[in-house]
Amino acid sequence: MGSISLSHVNKSFGDVQVIPDISLEINDGEFVVFVGPSGCGKSTLLRLIAGLEDTTSGHIRLDGQDVTDAPPARRGLAMVFQSYALYPHMSVRDNIAFPLKMAKTPQAEIDRKVDYAARTLNLASYLDRKPRALSGGQRQRVAIGRAIVREPKAFLFDEPLSNLDAALRVNMRLEITELHQQLKTTMIYVTHDQVEAMTMADRIVVLNAGNVEQFGSPLDLYRKPANRFVAGFIGSPRMNFIDGAEAGKHDAHSIGVRPEHIRLSTSEGAWQGVVNVSEQLGSDTFLHVQTDFGLLTVRTDGDQTFTHGDKVWLTPDPNRIYKFDAAGQAI
Amino acid sequence: MATRQTRTLARTMMAPAVIVLFIWMAVPLAMTLWFSFQNYSLINPMMTGFAGWANYVYVIGDPSFTQALLNTLFLVGGVLLITVIGGTFLALLLDQPIWGQGILRILVISPFFVMPPVAALIWKNGFMHPGYGMLGHLWKAFGLQPVDWFNQYPLFSVIVIVAWQWLPFATLILLTALQSLSEEQREAAEMDGANALNRFRYIILPHMARAITIVILIQTIFLLGIFAEIRVTTGGGPGYASTNIAFLVFRTGILSNDIGAGSAGGVIAVIIANIVAIFLMRAVGRNLDA
Ligand SMILES: Nc1ncnc2c1ncn2[C@@H]1O[C@H](COP(=O)(O)OP(=O)(O)OP(=O)(O)O)[C@@H](O)[C@H]1O
Ligand SMILES: [Mg+2]
Repeated sequence: MGSISLSHVNKSFGDVQVIPDISLEINDGEFVVFVGPSGCGKSTLLRLIAGLEDTTSGHIRLDGQDVTDAPPARRGLAMVFQSYALYPHMSVRDNIAFPLKMAKTPQAEIDRKVDYAARTLNLASYLDRKPRALSGGQRQRVAIGRAIVREPKAFLFDEPLSNLDAALRVNMRLEITELHQQLKTTMIYVTHDQVEAMTMADRIVVLNAGNVEQFGSPLDLYRKPANRFVAGFIGSPRMNFIDGAEAGKHDAHSIGVRPEHIRLSTSEGAWQGVVNVSEQLGSDTFLHVQTDFGLLTVRTDGDQTFTHGDKVWLTPDPNRIYKFDAAGQAI
Repeated sequence: MATRQTRTLARTMMAPAVIVLFIWMAVPLAMTLWFSFQNYSLINPMMTGFAGWANYVYVIGDPSFTQALLNTLFLVGGVLLITVIGGTFLALLLDQPIWGQGILRILVISPFFVMPPVAALIWKNGFMHPGYGMLGHLWKAFGLQPVDWFNQYPLFSVIVIVAWQWLPFATLILLTALQSLSEEQREAAEMDGANALNRFRYIILPHMARAITIVILIQTIFLLGIFAEIRVTTGGGPGYASTNIAFLVFRTGILSNDIGAGSAGGVIAVIIANIVAIFLMRAVGRNLDA
């Protein structure tokens, strides 16, 4: 069991209020991702749940039990740090066994659990090495191994993949998702990479300046963003925003159109523009088109070749135009 | 990679310093070796010439030599024990966020800036003197007979003074090591359920092992040659109770005016220092390569 509930949690460092007031309900077995720009308080929120920081006010409950003032060890949560935080002088085996040893688990059981974790994570042949003799991905797996042997109520990950190269990241992403399907334990995962957020999460919490902007499933956030911030944050490349008269035609303060929801033509369309930059990725081409209302990004298939100065016409998909009021809320 | 040209240049530039240092070391060593095989006593100037092993036999055969050797051992060991354990403890305390941390650290470090003879005098007259020392007053305040430290516990007193002087060094090095421990590692251990004692034992102590090694190595080398503190306080006595090897060389060579035997003692001291250094490098130096 591992349901986590935050009610009116507030955190200030001295005079600086990092988290004004957050309430969240995370269900048992859910994979929840915290995303948001750098410095928005993702790590702080995670550390509050872990017990590594004290809440200034508000309550944190684990399985209905108030743990607001409980020390980290009592909460039964496991954390995987961005820098892995392995113990450098211990072998991989001792690293993984450390939480069990601290819990005074019998040696036979420790051996069994460590072997199981090592097999699950493909670490069996590295058990006697020191962490410094491992690659980044292997270290990450050791850190995860150290977390899973404890059979925690929930796993907390703080940007665990940000130190890995792109290919390894994709691999580890899949491994963590698989692990979640296998263990069915609650996981909270902090990242600022929205691809990780979209692909891994059951539900995503979008944070901005310590506030929850929206909490919902990835597709919900993509299809029905609650406000301009979420609309701009979820989706890659970013949504195009148009203010002024053109937005007024749709009875909105501003409108947003995703690059993938704009049709491109060389002869006719709603808006005319000139290609500024063309980014070719092979599978897709992203065109940055200069129009009367600024630079718009358009996504087309990879066979289209345009160069700087080409005249094009753009037509937004009328069903996929997002409208926002003056305060940035979706209409 | 250095090119051949820069390497030649570096050698040429370094040569004067290396040569001077070498002469500074080699000439006195050679002269000491030479004198140690000569009959050379200022009290008996007529007796000269080659002495063979006589000086060595005389020094080693004397019961004071064994005692000085043991005293050296106790002095080095005692001071190391106090400074390493005390230094670790102080470093742990100083690492806590407390008010007035900056001033406190300067206070802790300050004994290191006091010259050895001065430090010894402060202790001799300010603290340990049975008549007007602070400790004497303290004893009297409790209605006890003041202790005459330098007569009753001569070696222990010297150990206390030297430890007081070296504690700041140990504290400083160990504190630096402690501060280089990543916060995330401590937090990970905390999450893993390690209490303060286990965190110290399994995380902090192994992290500080290298720094402790350095403290032991550096201090041993300096502590083998402790002289001023003994000279100022006990004068090596009563009897030979607080005479270490370095002080024995002084007593033989300068106080007894027997340059030959003193030189022999000096050579023995050099040999002992080297044996200790090799032993230490083997025993604890392993911590250094990693
Ligand atoms: N110990 C602290 N004292 C004061 N301010 C802090 C402290 N820790 C964090 N902050 C502030 O709180 C805010 C949120 O920090 P936090 O580490 O939670 O950001 P984050 O969302 O994890 O960012 P990133 O994606 O860069 O890791 C930042 O503005 C930071 O400066
Ligand atoms: Mg962070």
